[in-house]
Amino acid sequence: MELLYEKSKAGRRAATLPNYDLPAVEAPEDLRRAKPPRLPELAEPELVRHFTELSTRNFGIDTGFYPLGSCTMKHNPRVNERIVMLPGFKDLHPHQEAEGAQGALELMWRLQEILEEVAGLDACSLQPAAGSQGELTGLMLMRAYFEDIGQGDQRDTIITADTAHGTNPASVTMAGYKLEKVATDARGNLDVDDLRAKVNGRTAGLMLTNPSTLGLFDENIEEVAKIFHDAGSLLYYDGANLNAVCGISRPGDMGFDIVHINLHKTFSQPHGGGGPGGGPIVVRKKLEPFLPVPAVVKDGDAFRLDHDRPKSIGKVRGFTGPFGVFVRSYAYIRAYGPSLREMSETAVLNANYLLAKLRDAYDLPYDRLAMHEFVLSARTLKREHGITALDVAKRLMDYGYHPPTIYFPLVVPEALMIEPTETEPKERLDAFVEAMLAIAGEAAETPELLKEAPTSRPVRRLDEVKAAKRAVVKYGFEEHPDLSADVGDVRQLEAQKGA
Amino acid sequence: MAQLSTTDADREEMLAAIGVSSVEELFRDIPAGVRFQGELDLEPALSEPELVRHLEELAARNVDTTKELSFLGAGIYDHYVPAIVDAVLQRGEFLTAYTPYQPEMSQGVLQAIFEYQTAICELTGMDVSNASGYDGTTVAADACLVAKHATGRAKVVLAETLNPQVRQVVKTYAVGFGLEVVEVPHEGGLTDPAAVREAAEDAAAVIFQQPNVFGILENAPELTAAAKGAGALAIAHVDPVSLGVLEAPGNYGADLAIGEGQSAGNYQSYAGPHYGFLASKAEYTRRLPGRIIGETIDLNGDRGYVLTLQTREQHIRREKATSNITTNQTLLALAGLVHLSWLGPQGLREVGETCLSLGAYAKDQLGLPLAFPDRPTFKEFAVRLKRPARDVIRDARAHGVHPGYAIGSDYEGMDDVLLVAVTEKRSPADIDRLAHVLHEVRA
Repeated sequence: MELLYEKSKAGRRAATLPNYDLPAVEAPEDLRRAKPPRLPELAEPELVRHFTELSTRNFGIDTGFYPLGSCTMKHNPRVNERIVMLPGFKDLHPHQEAEGAQGALELMWRLQEILEEVAGLDACSLQPAAGSQGELTGLMLMRAYFEDIGQGDQRDTIITADTAHGTNPASVTMAGYKLEKVATDARGNLDVDDLRAKVNGRTAGLMLTNPSTLGLFDENIEEVAKIFHDAGSLLYYDGANLNAVCGISRPGDMGFDIVHINLHKTFSQPHGGGGPGGGPIVVRKKLEPFLPVPAVVKDGDAFRLDHDRPKSIGKVRGFTGPFGVFVRSYAYIRAYGPSLREMSETAVLNANYLLAKLRDAYDLPYDRLAMHEFVLSARTLKREHGITALDVAKRLMDYGYHPPTIYFPLVVPEALMIEPTETEPKERLDAFVEAMLAIAGEAAETPELLKEAPTSRPVRRLDEVKAAKRAVVKYGFEEHPDLSADVGDVRQLEAQKGA
Repeated sequence: MAQLSTTDADREEMLAAIGVSSVEELFRDIPAGVRFQGELDLEPALSEPELVRHLEELAARNVDTTKELSFLGAGIYDHYVPAIVDAVLQRGEFLTAYTPYQPEMSQGVLQAIFEYQTAICELTGMDVSNASGYDGTTVAADACLVAKHATGRAKVVLAETLNPQVRQVVKTYAVGFGLEVVEVPHEGGLTDPAAVREAAEDAAAVIFQQPNVFGILENAPELTAAAKGAGALAIAHVDPVSLGVLEAPGNYGADLAIGEGQSAGNYQSYAGPHYGFLASKAEYTRRLPGRIIGETIDLNGDRGYVLTLQTREQHIRREKATSNITTNQTLLALAGLVHLSWLGPQGLREVGETCLSLGAYAKDQLGLPLAFPDRPTFKEFAVRLKRPARDVIRDARAHGVHPGYAIGSDYEGMDDVLLVAVTEKRSPADIDRLAHVLHEVRA
């Protein structure tokens, strides 16, 4: 398909703009643009067709089943898209006086209260823009807290699980901490003995996802929390998998001190092909003074922004965070009310149902009840038929499904991490099971079907190695290279795709 | 619950297949001590009509820019968002997709972001753009880390005329990055290149804003030269809408160009979600944070797009990654691409020219002393009032006009200064009304 720039023709345009007939004013000559940017030139009909055609080459949860593990691809209610377009929300300037933004401030305050209740903790900041920024903010809070109590220099290490998302160790580095990894035991829990050996006075805290990225609830969580708290350390809850436990087990009750919540996972902000997201953090009372500024507070019947927080870490994003995300998530939760628990129960039911149906055809590294997701392995298929997790994923596309997350978590070879979410009906799950079983059969009988897959998408397998080597990251106009001149072996990375 | 399809009969069948007798039993691995008892203390569920009514009531308590004639800016602007942006963003295939980890399922968004990267490079005169950052503040922090690693230096210099929120975010991140932050005060609303040259000795980077927080046009080429003369990277924080009339940072030698994308394609939306853009010269490509889309070919030799240079990223490199970013602002960046494509080069230039001429008209009509006289401005300018800006804002709002931002909350000695922004949506008649109201309230 042609690029916008290839369809462009000088002199065409889509925009009509006001002409106020004022005297022309030019920018100073030494600062003036010498040569116009080569933006596309198309009239509106072709512009609409271009983006519509692109959309048909994309797959969303609206298109079909999207069991991408750890991403919680649930239905996004359409009413939220209507609500977020109300002028009172979309046309509100963030510097509007508090008196003229009472509805927005009240919505944020209410969402904070809700998230505190769901997390089982005391105070909330909505400011972080995504889960990984919530992580970083949480680590900044730890640093500020320990500096405040005179242990800032002493505590320099964060412990993460070997099953952790890559964001955890990356956030640790960005926050200026050292990283220590703890192993997973045979049941898929944190290895408590390994943990005991590693937690000491230098430990600032733990970052943990619970249920883990294996989809397993850590059965020793109370003991784990005690080990850290006894050492004076803090516990950080990566909320990527909160969809499993809303109203069932609260991170605060598990012993966590800081939690981030992925509004684009658990609370249905549409992910938009990569974002936006929202990563509010919820904390125990003793950490509240360190939260980002401004805080959204209630005084009597009025709401305002409080900038006067002398111990605050500062700001991690502009203003008070991605407001439109808050509108959608608030609306989403209000539609459930106290029965939010049914959301998590159904997510866990759906995951265990798929697990029960698929466990004989694929390897199951940890034989326990799953929470909202589970991890299978294609290692037997690989050993016996040379079929990898990547091949299974590509073949699923031909059956009309988005593949699961693959090659993650790293502790499972040939991992297939499947998260159906609560919004899939049993019929969809059954059809997916049939596809997965058919593919396991094909792996033995017609493996070439898997190796050649997909054949039903707008493109065949793409060469990721060449993309990284040549690094063509923008259109080059007259000098654009022709990569097809060099067709060779197409190589895809057998590396994490998803989560 | 309308979001769930599971009937009682489905549930029974599914539990039987799993081999448990109840949903409760599915949670048996959760220790009793951490099981939540009872019901969450949340307000009762709302039906869809009730939900809409409740949210409409909240929205009605906000005074948005359709209810009040607004001249607020200071980083977020009321530019026109064309209808085609809404139409494209509501395509479910874009709206409800995850990050394009599987390229064969995601060619639509991958190609769109490749086109976005091209548009950002064209605007800024850079060689490579990432697929977006969170907003115009966090991309500044990201850029500092690029500069730290590129130079091996541990200090960054910020012009005081860089938006205060951007500076606050950089300072917050700098602690973990191990970076010292130095600020260069402005002189008469402008940053002095000589002062930058001096402060930038041993610095990894200098960040300045064009136009700056007061709307004033900095001598960007000289600031760039000053930074580079000291061996620091020059990072320009720019307004995308200005780049039809103002020179591209890459063309005056800047190493990185960053900015808040909101002006191009996003509603004000009480500050988000928006997108931040980050682009650089080719030599920094492998140090950039975030997703980058690259072109490649498939088995048949046909063109396609993938997430590329992933060995920079957290899911591959973990603690050695260039950044922890995973979720970015793809949908908002797509909005930016649609908006910029709707404008085209001619439309972008016209918006810039309109902002310039409206600004001059507004300065004339208001007849108020400029806080920084004789400085060329773009889209925004600062006027000095006879009394505190906060009071003038309150009184003008009583007449249905929000006259601008009280910048004294960010800069000392400026309590009587009002920052007035004009976009192409404000007509000369609107400006006349602003002038009239400011006169009425004895501003």
